[in-house]
Amino acid sequence: MSGMVENRGLNYWLTHVGLSFGVLVLFFPLWLAFVASTVTNAEVIHPPMPLWPGDQFFVNYGRALIEGDSGQTSASVARMLLNTVTVALGIAVGKIVISFTSAFAIVYFRFPARKFFFWLIFLTLMLPVEVRILPTYEVVAGFGMLNTYSGLIFPLIASATATFLFRQFFMTVPDEIVEAARIDGARPMQFFIDILIPISRTNIAALFLIMFIYGWNQYLWPLLMTTDPSMNTIIMGVEQMIGGQDDVTPWPVVMAASMMAMLPPIIVVISMQKLFIRGLTDSDK
Amino acid sequence: MEKRVYFKGWFLPALLITPQLLITAIFFFYPAGTAIWWSLFNPDPFGLSTKFVGFANFDFLFADSYYKESFYTTAIFSSLVTLFSMGPALYLAVLADRLIKGAGIYKTLLIWPYAVAPAIAGILWLFLFDTQTGLISWYLDLLGYDWNHLLNDTEAMGLIVVASTWSRVSYNFLFFLAGLQAIPRAIIEAAAIDGARFWRRFWTIIFPLLSPTTFFLVVMNIVYAFFDTFGVIHTITKGGPGQSTTILVYKVYKDGFVSLDLGSSAAQSVILLLIVGILTILQFKFVEKRVHY
Repeated sequence: MSGMVENRGLNYWLTHVGLSFGVLVLFFPLWLAFVASTVTNAEVIHPPMPLWPGDQFFVNYGRALIEGDSGQTSASVARMLLNTVTVALGIAVGKIVISFTSAFAIVYFRFPARKFFFWLIFLTLMLPVEVRILPTYEVVAGFGMLNTYSGLIFPLIASATATFLFRQFFMTVPDEIVEAARIDGARPMQFFIDILIPISRTNIAALFLIMFIYGWNQYLWPLLMTTDPSMNTIIMGVEQMIGGQDDVTPWPVVMAASMMAMLPPIIVVISMQKLFIRGLTDSDK
Repeated sequence: MEKRVYFKGWFLPALLITPQLLITAIFFFYPAGTAIWWSLFNPDPFGLSTKFVGFANFDFLFADSYYKESFYTTAIFSSLVTLFSMGPALYLAVLADRLIKGAGIYKTLLIWPYAVAPAIAGILWLFLFDTQTGLISWYLDLLGYDWNHLLNDTEAMGLIVVASTWSRVSYNFLFFLAGLQAIPRAIIEAAAIDGARFWRRFWTIIFPLLSPTTFFLVVMNIVYAFFDTFGVIHTITKGGPGQSTTILVYKVYKDGFVSLDLGSSAAQSVILLLIVGILTILQFKFVEKRVHY
């Protein structure tokens, strides 16, 4: 953090002005969304909308949480939040478990076709679900997994980014540790549980954060998968609350729902900033 | 790279690798294979018949003016998003890097939009620019400018670029800041003469040293603009007006799920698959370089 603007001259203040301006621009839409979630619909639809919060906070958030958009097309926000938490946790935990175990197998064993499996898994890197949506939809429908949590989770953990990441990390673990464990007579699973998991915990936690946010923010897949409103996730659910051509959009309720869709991942990122940045730089490099 | 020390046996590792192999086989390789199959065999939407059509789907696509237009739209969109999300991010990162105290606070205040889902970013900006009630469109109206992204192609493109950029600046900021902080302090100090001279020295000394980060971010932002912005487009324009904001991924979705043209949608998926493949190779080449750097 040792920086350059030593004195409190003009440049020092220009630096702060520039940064503050950036912060304000980024905050602007969030602030207006918050204000809109605390006023009446009449105040929003007769522009200009107020720039300061009103007194309808509990009315709007209560309505969103309990009723959604009054049972038109979406479920209640409470229900959607439950679905989203389940899916995001499922994706984060599922991906870490399958990747961690397969990376362990690939790095610490010599078995036939090991290289082949590694490249097979490696092939899945970076190919997003968006590219193969239609065939994946058919597969999930074939298993009868539409409108289920497993249908929302499995296609999104079918990639190898995490496997690759854990493999890279295991390669940096000194061989002496394995050697010592083997001399002590440790069996592979003992080494796995007593040594490998504890020394990987920071990497696991960082990846967990990234995958949780990734899972929370999924949009296209839940949109296609869930025809039953009670299985909607919050991100797609908010979009369903916006009225079509003829409907009037209940903006204050929509904005209350948007705030509840945004805040959990924002709070996670800010409160666990160091871990999050580590996860981001690890997983994308 | 191989481990010198390893465990023996094949049953345990086979067992450990099975869950991932099963899941990728069922939910990745099989669908990806199906997409290639469909692109060559043109199934009808009800799965009653398929006939081999060779590369007819691809020939048809490349002759289709809508598809060419979609390529063009994607190129414009991803260039604008990459440019506008990297430029301000670099500027903010340079400013934050110049501070002795307080860089941490600005970091906190600047990274949170990363956590906002593209679809929600779309809804926030749609709300501000709503043709009837939006605050910004209302002010534009006061200034005598009639904003209507539902009818005007350029305004529609502008709005999805703004929304996509807004949630992306944080990501680029973090990587640029990390890149700047990795440059030896002596070099930065040498360049840290106040004022205009700082920026001159920045472009001649620091920016070239940042080029690995910049290149990495260009690739990552193109990937982001190609795929992750689906939510922004679906909430704001739904690909319209006309075809003017239908990027490639959106067209795969529209042709497949809305028009049920499976053959064409699959052929488009295969083309996207190739594009991602090329970007992935580019990125890994870069990672190799970075190791030696």
